[in-house]
Amino acid sequence: MTATLLLIQTLNGLQFGLILFLIAAGLTLVFGVMDFINLAHGVQYMIGAYLIAAFSAWTGGFGWGLALALPTALAFGLLLEVLIFRHLYERDHLDQVLATFGVILFLNQGVKFVWGAAPLSVPVPEILSGSVEIADGLLYPVYRLAIIAAGLLVAALLYVLVNYTRVGMLVRAGATNPQMVSALGVNIKRLFMIVFGFGAMLAGFAGAMVAPILSVQPGMGDNILILAFVVIVIGGIGSIRGAFLAALLIGLVDTIGRSFAPNLLRLVLDPSAASQTGRAIAPMLIYIFMAAVLFFRPAGLFPVKR
Amino acid sequence: MTELTGTQTAPAPSPGMRIDIIPVILFAAFAAAPLLASASGAEGYVLSLLTRVMIFGLAALSLDLILGYGALVSFGHAAFLGIGAYAVGILASHGVEDALIQIPVALAASALFALVTGAISLRTKGVYFIMITLAFAQMLFFLATSLAPYGGDDGMTLPTRSLVAGAGFLENDYAFYAATLLCLTGGYLLSRAIVTSRFGRVLRGTKENAVRMEAIGFQPFRFQLAAYVISGMMAGLAGCLMANQAEFISPAFMTWQRSGELIFMVVLGGLGSLHGAIIGAAAFLLLEEFLPELLHAGSFFLNDDVRWRLTENWQMVFGPILILIVLFARGGIMGILRRGSHG
Repeated sequence: MTATLLLIQTLNGLQFGLILFLIAAGLTLVFGVMDFINLAHGVQYMIGAYLIAAFSAWTGGFGWGLALALPTALAFGLLLEVLIFRHLYERDHLDQVLATFGVILFLNQGVKFVWGAAPLSVPVPEILSGSVEIADGLLYPVYRLAIIAAGLLVAALLYVLVNYTRVGMLVRAGATNPQMVSALGVNIKRLFMIVFGFGAMLAGFAGAMVAPILSVQPGMGDNILILAFVVIVIGGIGSIRGAFLAALLIGLVDTIGRSFAPNLLRLVLDPSAASQTGRAIAPMLIYIFMAAVLFFRPAGLFPVKR
Repeated sequence: MTELTGTQTAPAPSPGMRIDIIPVILFAAFAAAPLLASASGAEGYVLSLLTRVMIFGLAALSLDLILGYGALVSFGHAAFLGIGAYAVGILASHGVEDALIQIPVALAASALFALVTGAISLRTKGVYFIMITLAFAQMLFFLATSLAPYGGDDGMTLPTRSLVAGAGFLENDYAFYAATLLCLTGGYLLSRAIVTSRFGRVLRGTKENAVRMEAIGFQPFRFQLAAYVISGMMAGLAGCLMANQAEFISPAFMTWQRSGELIFMVVLGGLGSLHGAIIGAAAFLLLEEFLPELLHAGSFFLNDDVRWRLTENWQMVFGPILILIVLFARGGIMGILRRGSHG
């Protein structure tokens, strides 16, 4: 019983961690390369979810919806970059926090303005509906396995892209020393735009992938944004590898902590006190984890060498 | 070195003197407002709005102390509002309703939280500091949502406002207004005294150049931590007042969006002037209060459906205003005033 629950929660944690990674990857690149705090990265995720809801209802299929939603999310990210964000790169972090906070307010209300305040739901695509038996008598939804597969695929793609292509090389160089990259004659503005648009698209992809299993509603990006920040701070800002490992850690710690903290506390406390403190501690776990990591390693687990 | 001695010998250049009329006007306006409120016919509404302005003014003031003078961008300052509010609420639900016990407990709890989290957070710099203060505030937020005996997610209604030495005069809105004004004035004078003292100069020195301060024999960490604790206690007091005004406490007092709003208030008013933070809080809350009506009145040429949706979603206008202020109004409202006084 406990073993199967642990298996299911591990898979759930893995899936949550990979979604977090998709969001955190863009955030950590934007942060590392441009030294830009983008609080509005969470709304890109929300926009992705709304786009898939709109496009899959319009085209009648999830696949077609995704094919339309991704370029739209990319275009939307680029639009925001041109209109607002590129004017903020030279500003200090405080200005960036505030202006992007303004973008959150605007877009959270904006989706309400366009789609209404009621949550939308997106049907799970036909091929991926249903469950498979992953162990004796243990069913797990196919769609969640598909999310895990898609997340791992994107992570692998990103690894190849960052480590073995020219753009990836520039991105890595930019994270280490942007002035030097610029001095070597690279069009840093265009590099910023590519990185930003790509990050926005990844966040949009994450939003689109979770749309069938969560309800699509205004403000859905706010809390996941904070988690993504926790991930990149733990992983070390600018480090894709750090973001990947930290995202999986956070996903597993959060998911498994929520279902097992009361059980573990029962070893030392009486049952009612254990379930109460367990419920109190579980959502705090990842923040305690982050504080502990920063206490011992103030620049995260995989600091980018400067 | 020369820069440092320069700031020490000339603390108040002459334009500063002209600016100093502003806090006098500000506090005179707060003191006179109840008289006008009673004449306006909607006194309950005006009083409660202004009380709210002063409470947030106190919270923004406390943030300005570390943000404007110490360059410590705390993105979790709402946590202290929550500590103050929950101290009042939790004590009241156990029958301890006197402010003379509640407030010291709230201040002690805020100071302890600030001391522990500050000691950890101040080890980090820049973005990491922003994020770790945020993480600590989120911890408290989730702790509050899980406090089932004290309302959990939904929050909890307080039986009454706090008593003062057994007397229940804070139930009267005028008396509560006066008490809030007293707290705000006290907080302002204390902060003013702090920033003009030697302590305040060291704090500003660490903001300009921490390495240099260390080289001349100060330990920036201690000064920053002390300022962080003082600031947290002031925000905790604001939290006590907030719980009393609403006669309600909830985890919503310490969402990260609330911390963001506090930063915005300080920046809107102008960093590092103290009264600027209060003006910023006032401008923010009044804008939030009246923007829907302004939008409704200003969009008379649109059809009813669009007009209603625009009024309903007023934050769609509020967000861009925020962005424009950041992009174009450097130095906030105080910056505009200062430029105005220079001609």
